[in-house]
Amino acid sequence: MRIPCPFCGPRGNEEFTYLGDASVQRPDPSAPAAAQAFHDYVYLRDNPSGLHQEFWYHGGGCHKWLVVTRNTRTHDINDVTFADGGARP
Amino acid sequence: MSSHRLNSGGLIERDTPLSFTFDGETFAGFAGDTLASALIANGVRLVGRSFKYHRPRGVMTAGSEEPNALVELRSGARREPNTRSTTAELYDGLVAASQNRWPSLRYDIGAVNDKLSRFLVAGFYYKTFMWPAKFWEMLYEPLIRQAAGLGRAAGMEDPDHYEKAYAHCDVLVIGGGPTGLMAALAAGRAGARVILCDEDFRLGGRLLGERHEIDAKPCVEWVAGVEAELAAMPDVRIMRRTAVTSVFDHGQYAAVERVNDHVAVPPEHEPRQRAWKIVAKRAVLAAGALERPIAFGNNDRPGVMLAGAARTYINRYAAMPGQRLAVFTNNDDGWRTAEDARVAGIEIAAVVDSRSQPPAQFLALGVKAMTGAQVSHVHGGLGVEAIDVIDAGGRTTKIACDALAVAGGWNPAVHLTCHLNGKPVWNEALAAFVPGAMPDGMRVAGAAGGSFKLADCLSEGVAAGTMTAIECGFRIAAIALPNTEDEATAIAPLWHVKDSHAKAFVDFQNDVTTKDIALADQEGFRSVEHLKRYTTLGMATDQGKVSNVSGLAILAEVSGRTIPQVGTTTYRPPYVPVSFGAMSGHHRGKDFRPTRLPPSHQWATEQGAVFVESGQWLRAQYYPRGAEKDWLETVNREVTATRGGVGVCDVSTLGKIEIEGADAAAFLDRVYCNTFSTLPVGKARYGLMLREDGFVLDDGTTSRLAMERFVMTTTTAQAGRVMQHLEFCHQVLWPALDVQMVSVSEQWAQFSVAGPRARDVLRRLVDEKFDLSDKACPYLAAKEIAVGGVAARLFRLSFSGEMAYELAVPARYGDAAMRAIMAAGDEFGITPYGTEALGVMRIEKGHVAGNEINGQLTARDLGLGRMMAKKKDYIGRVMAQRPALLDAERPALVGFKPVDPKARLRAGAHFLKVATANTIDNDEGHMTSVAFSPMLGCWIGLGVLARGPQRTGEHVRAYDPVRNGDVEVEVCDPVFFDPQGARLHG
Repeated sequence: MRIPCPFCGPRGNEEFTYLGDASVQRPDPSAPAAAQAFHDYVYLRDNPSGLHQEFWYHGGGCHKWLVVTRNTRTHDINDVTFADGGARP
Repeated sequence: MSSHRLNSGGLIERDTPLSFTFDGETFAGFAGDTLASALIANGVRLVGRSFKYHRPRGVMTAGSEEPNALVELRSGARREPNTRSTTAELYDGLVAASQNRWPSLRYDIGAVNDKLSRFLVAGFYYKTFMWPAKFWEMLYEPLIRQAAGLGRAAGMEDPDHYEKAYAHCDVLVIGGGPTGLMAALAAGRAGARVILCDEDFRLGGRLLGERHEIDAKPCVEWVAGVEAELAAMPDVRIMRRTAVTSVFDHGQYAAVERVNDHVAVPPEHEPRQRAWKIVAKRAVLAAGALERPIAFGNNDRPGVMLAGAARTYINRYAAMPGQRLAVFTNNDDGWRTAEDARVAGIEIAAVVDSRSQPPAQFLALGVKAMTGAQVSHVHGGLGVEAIDVIDAGGRTTKIACDALAVAGGWNPAVHLTCHLNGKPVWNEALAAFVPGAMPDGMRVAGAAGGSFKLADCLSEGVAAGTMTAIECGFRIAAIALPNTEDEATAIAPLWHVKDSHAKAFVDFQNDVTTKDIALADQEGFRSVEHLKRYTTLGMATDQGKVSNVSGLAILAEVSGRTIPQVGTTTYRPPYVPVSFGAMSGHHRGKDFRPTRLPPSHQWATEQGAVFVESGQWLRAQYYPRGAEKDWLETVNREVTATRGGVGVCDVSTLGKIEIEGADAAAFLDRVYCNTFSTLPVGKARYGLMLREDGFVLDDGTTSRLAMERFVMTTTTAQAGRVMQHLEFCHQVLWPALDVQMVSVSEQWAQFSVAGPRARDVLRRLVDEKFDLSDKACPYLAAKEIAVGGVAARLFRLSFSGEMAYELAVPARYGDAAMRAIMAAGDEFGITPYGTEALGVMRIEKGHVAGNEINGQLTARDLGLGRMMAKKKDYIGRVMAQRPALLDAERPALVGFKPVDPKARLRAGAHFLKVATANTIDNDEGHMTSVAFSPMLGCWIGLGVLARGPQRTGEHVRAYDPVRNGDVEVEVCDPVFFDPQGARLHG
């Protein structure tokens, strides 16, 4: 698979590390139901057939965390953005 | 001259004669021969014995789809089993042997299996070898292991080396036959970067075996002309002997180049094979088509071969498949074999065409034609002697012949189109599967797409090459379509001859017959996937190239379904077998993964250090001296000398990360469970990092060099992991924080100088202006200093519990620094110590390390719960409060001493109460680290025990069934030596 890093261009997937669903948000630790929210955040993930927004870390390149929109059935990659919005180099 | 070599013709190089041996007998051949063609030219028909029934077999095809003629090629360490003789290029001195027979190929004891065949039908092993049960291990399994397999692996280390390489192009053309040549030409003339791959050692594909004319000249001449033009194009790369084996996502392809399979020994410095990863914007699949046989009685006898292969042997290799050839065909193409054999002067016994009306042009050949007829049986044991032909009226005629060419039709080579889950589609008119959905960026052209006429191949090649070049942004260049005659390609499908009685083979390599297919259906294995696994059809090294379609077509017939209803199984990479050597490349032996050397490695080698692998690092484990009898003696000396004087250890392998910015302190507060924003400038602090699930991730020390500048250390093993984690936290969780981080693990060499005389050594080393007194440089100081004018850092940290400093210099000075430390410490008897002594000392002090930070223990378990800050959020805080992680029964860190002071302790032992049964239910924890303590004179250990700290003084058992250990131990404080920590302050 090749992943088009916005900074480095299309690179082989061996340069990247995968971390899973990028749509999950770290819960507010001071909220009342934080324990349950954190449990779900740490352990529970959806497993969609089709489009999936996921984290990839370009450890073998620019060290940016990317949010990749990939189709889990066809591996087509629709979109790649920097996880931090590309605000800083 | 060899008995079956034609006097003239062929593409062999008659002025380069070669000599080779097969089963110990010497034969002659020529450059340009394959092993198979040379054997045929020498009249050798018997080449192997089949897998299950040990039936005599000969060469069936002329390509990599060969199911029968597998040999052991070469000898000694280079011996390769299951080599297809049809693709093994002949070289002088080649040595080959037949397989799967004993004591010889002619007289093989295994042939008894053929007589027992009714007990060995498909799936027999699901119904046998079950009773009596105890016979399995002592009798059945050894027997099966003995009988299984075809060739033998060399059993020795491969003396050749292999490479891996990458290539990028605009257009990858897969196949160098007429279609691929035109595609490469069109794309190349348009200016695209083209890679043209063909698995053969010559370009030309099917044309090499035919007598077509292109532009009024022999097709082989036409090929040479195109090849010359392609070779002159700087952006076109021709790769012969290179099979494209796999299709991956996003335009990636794998290929194997057989760089030196065709010579006895690779030239010096050249690899034997090269594995390629090719990244192509577009690809043209011009892989051609594979011929299929017809199933009839004894259709596997040596001398029965595919009709197209027979033409190849005659036209390309000037080798006669026989002296009296018969042809059995269900389509027009089989007649071409009779035509070409006639031109070469071979006698034609008969052409048996199952159709009632073959084209008139072929009937004009003047050979004995039997139309509306089928071959039902082959006579002959070790080779064809005659055939039975049954006509439409049911009358049987016996015809003498010594070779039979079978033409059952052509299967487009769709395999690569299926690697990304494309399913081939049945085409009724062609009686063949053609590609269905194509992988992104790939288009098919020529016979691979079902176009069997040469004229169509040429025009489709041009179209494909042109379109792909345009899609890559190039402009079309002029290209004229070559002229060639029209051809007849009609077919009437015939999969098997129903009037056959003897075994009719479908999968030749796995000995699957038409009866096996009927049996599978009868027993309920009606799905094409079950057919494959139950009968093993298509599962051998040829992966059913010659048998899959016929097999499923016969299944359709016997089960009353259409071929599309039965469908196909899935073709998966690789298309041809790939050697482990090619897959490994340079990653073998010592080079399996990179070796990282600390800066003092050279110096340590000079000292005779013994090294240990610590991840990818090679670290000095201990430094033996004089007549020390074992590592224990050495390590005891290192510990005693360090604690008694001074020692030095290279700790450069620890991870080091520089963290800077206005929010650097706030960032550290969020990733560590303890607080760092309160750390004064010029001080270091031990930090514990948790995972979000509440378990300990890593520990280390972080020092504040300036208000906005920190340097963090991590354990050696987790350096990369922690860096990735910190970058995740910054970029994903808190992008608004003003902080930057960079890994400097490899930028700094770092040495621990430890012991009562440590400061004395450093005074001789560090530039004079730096005050190293206890007041200016107290315990946990972190200072920027200089050594010999070189900017350096000094951290007063102690893993050993002694007064100690860690000196960091830029890595390029690491070797010099080690030597300077040793020189400065010489008058104090400084002792280098390795990872063993490092480990002994930290265990004596109860410091946790990798064995304790195992991902399953919490800060609280490790006795570090008090480090968890209460007033700030940090990674892991919420989940660490889960009730189960606060359970009082959780294993907690304590120390252990053997009750018998001479007993040895072992890590990994599990704790059980004294006099309880050895069951999981009674398991109370395990020993995490052990060491022999020269300070205490006995073995000591750290471990985690349920309610450990409340059980000090209690005796438990350290039970180790793996190494037959059962030692009674006393629970104690994990700090064994200097519990007050007085030595830290010198």
